[in-house]
Amino acid sequence: MDNASIPGAGANQSVLRLEGIRKAYGVGTPIETEVLHGIDLRLERGEFCALMGPSGSGKSTLLNVVGLLDRPTGGKLFINDSETSHLDDKALTRLRGYSIGFVFQYHYLLPAFTAAENVMMPMLADRGRPNDDMRRRAELLLERVQLTPWRDSLVVNMSGGQQQRVAVARALAMNPALLLADEPTGNLDTKSALNVFELMRQMNREQSTTVLFVTHNHDLAARCDRIVQIVDGRITSDQPTPH
Amino acid sequence: MQTLFIVVGVSIGVGVIIFMSATLAGQQTNIIKRVLSSQPHITLLPPQEVARPLRAPPIAEAAIVQKPFQRVRSIDQWQKIAAEVGRMRSVTAVSPMASGPVLAVRGDATRAVTLLGMDPVAYYRIIALPEKLIKGRANLTADDIVIGMELASDLGVTVGDKLRVTVASGQAATLNIIGIVDLGNKGVNQRNTYAALHTAQALLGLTGGVSSIDLTVDDIYAAENVAQAISAATGVEADSWIRTNAQFYTAINAQIIANTVLRICVALAIAFGIAAVLIVSVVQKSKEIGILRAMGTSQGQVMRVFLLQGAVLGLAGSLFGSVLGAAAIHAWQTLVKNPDGTPLFPLVMDPHLFAYSAILAMLTGLAAAVAPAVRAARLDPVVAIRG
Ligand SMILES: Nc1ncnc2c1ncn2[C@@H]1O[C@H](COP(=O)(O)OP(=O)(O)OP(=O)(O)O)[C@@H](O)[C@H]1O
Ligand SMILES: [Mg+2]
Repeated sequence: MDNASIPGAGANQSVLRLEGIRKAYGVGTPIETEVLHGIDLRLERGEFCALMGPSGSGKSTLLNVVGLLDRPTGGKLFINDSETSHLDDKALTRLRGYSIGFVFQYHYLLPAFTAAENVMMPMLADRGRPNDDMRRRAELLLERVQLTPWRDSLVVNMSGGQQQRVAVARALAMNPALLLADEPTGNLDTKSALNVFELMRQMNREQSTTVLFVTHNHDLAARCDRIVQIVDGRITSDQPTPH
Repeated sequence: MQTLFIVVGVSIGVGVIIFMSATLAGQQTNIIKRVLSSQPHITLLPPQEVARPLRAPPIAEAAIVQKPFQRVRSIDQWQKIAAEVGRMRSVTAVSPMASGPVLAVRGDATRAVTLLGMDPVAYYRIIALPEKLIKGRANLTADDIVIGMELASDLGVTVGDKLRVTVASGQAATLNIIGIVDLGNKGVNQRNTYAALHTAQALLGLTGGVSSIDLTVDDIYAAENVAQAISAATGVEADSWIRTNAQFYTAINAQIIANTVLRICVALAIAFGIAAVLIVSVVQKSKEIGILRAMGTSQGQVMRVFLLQGAVLGLAGSLFGSVLGAAAIHAWQTLVKNPDGTPLFPLVMDPHLFAYSAILAMLTGLAAAVAPAVRAARLDPVVAIRG
């Protein structure tokens, strides 16, 4: 619906489009180093894409740029077909709040709050004041991640897998078009990792949420629609997985 | 944990301020009350021609020089002045007085004393003499006199005895002692004697005249201003209690300034404490702040959270501090006492003081939170999350 005014929106609408994205750290200092050397990438609505690559290849850097947490030093970034370089901080924050959900390797939940309150956090950032709709949505999301019995527990009392599922529920609170997951299963045992992955996969199927999923786990990557390989800041392969 | 420490710190600071202020206010009211219980707020006297030679023509000056020194001077047109002053809005009571030096004689004993002649009804509204009675009564009629307790014991007289009063000019009268008062000061107890206005006027040769007019005003701290206004309007000399107790008044002012400086210092200490705690909390919570920013929380929202925290810390501290201060005041009043069991002096527990401290602590907390809040809002989410 964000693209109603764009001709041809719908079938071939891309949630994310990168054109020659570059990112250098330490710009203007003697230690300036470019980490991303012109990344072209396009993700369609409903795609579940794995991002793989050796340590230090620039995966997290790319996710931060895509997530509007960091500005690229070159190239163009489109979210829902609209260009982002001209947006100011406030507009970026809004776009991020409405369109993008994050899950990181560590859950970064707020320890003093319950699971339900953590899930409501992005809605609170948007609305300011809690209301019944928010509470209902949080409960619904926690039901989807199978944490209904835990919804009023403090997150510090939960296991790593449970915490990461709360983080997934929180990332989906605003029903974002794009979910960015940076090694969300990296800290989890195999069973919990699979559990969290299946959760994202299920949301992706039901809500057509586009997912960009960084992982070192080949088994999980094989369950995605597509695997993008990145080495030294360049995409070296981009292939659909055989199903 | 740090929150607990800082709240305790703020509480102690606020408690100290409240206790200090109450002590100071209590001391002041107590002393002022003591001063003003035996002294009118303003006394009007005949103009001092000698001090202001330009005001009176030379002939009048000559006349004054020739006046017998023991003659008590009267205020010109005192009825008109008294009526005029009585109409002023800030003046609450007016009492004309005829006073002068007399000798009190009882058998062989003679004492030089001051005879204060006044209208009891008007005068007792200014100085509550009946409250100072230790014996007898104070409703003076023409032949009565009330004397101080030291004079009574010096002369060996008591209520019901007669006292002979003579003046240098030869006038004399024998008066009935109807009451003995304690005026709170040995010298005054030896010196002051009270009689009806007409009795004193006759003895002092002031028939129809008065030597001074005593006043009370509604705002004791404005007494000096009122006195100056009266002086300017009527030409009489008007002395306020503030002027006659200038030294004491300066001391009070010095105390008020010292207390203000103390308050500012405590407020600064509180502010730095709160700021330190919040800075630490910004550093500790930078990851959470980062993630909140990633989830669409604006810089303004992050800033508000920390400003609110500062205000809440200040407010919480001031609430506990108020309890602490009130407890200290209560303890003071029950533990520190005069030998007779009454409180040394009553502390003033002004509800305004508590409200004022709470608001001040809240604003202090808010101000202290500005730097940490700005810092939190400026946090780069990428740096914070990677940390
Ligand atoms: N803030 C920064 N300043 C300078 N260099 C940085 C900064 N952040 C990352 N880098 C460098 O950029 C390169 C890419 O880092 P990045 O974190 O994107 O790699 P990654 O692919 O996510 O690795 P990993 O699999 O270990 O998470 C690394 O060489 C890293 O040292
Ligand atoms: Mg990484």
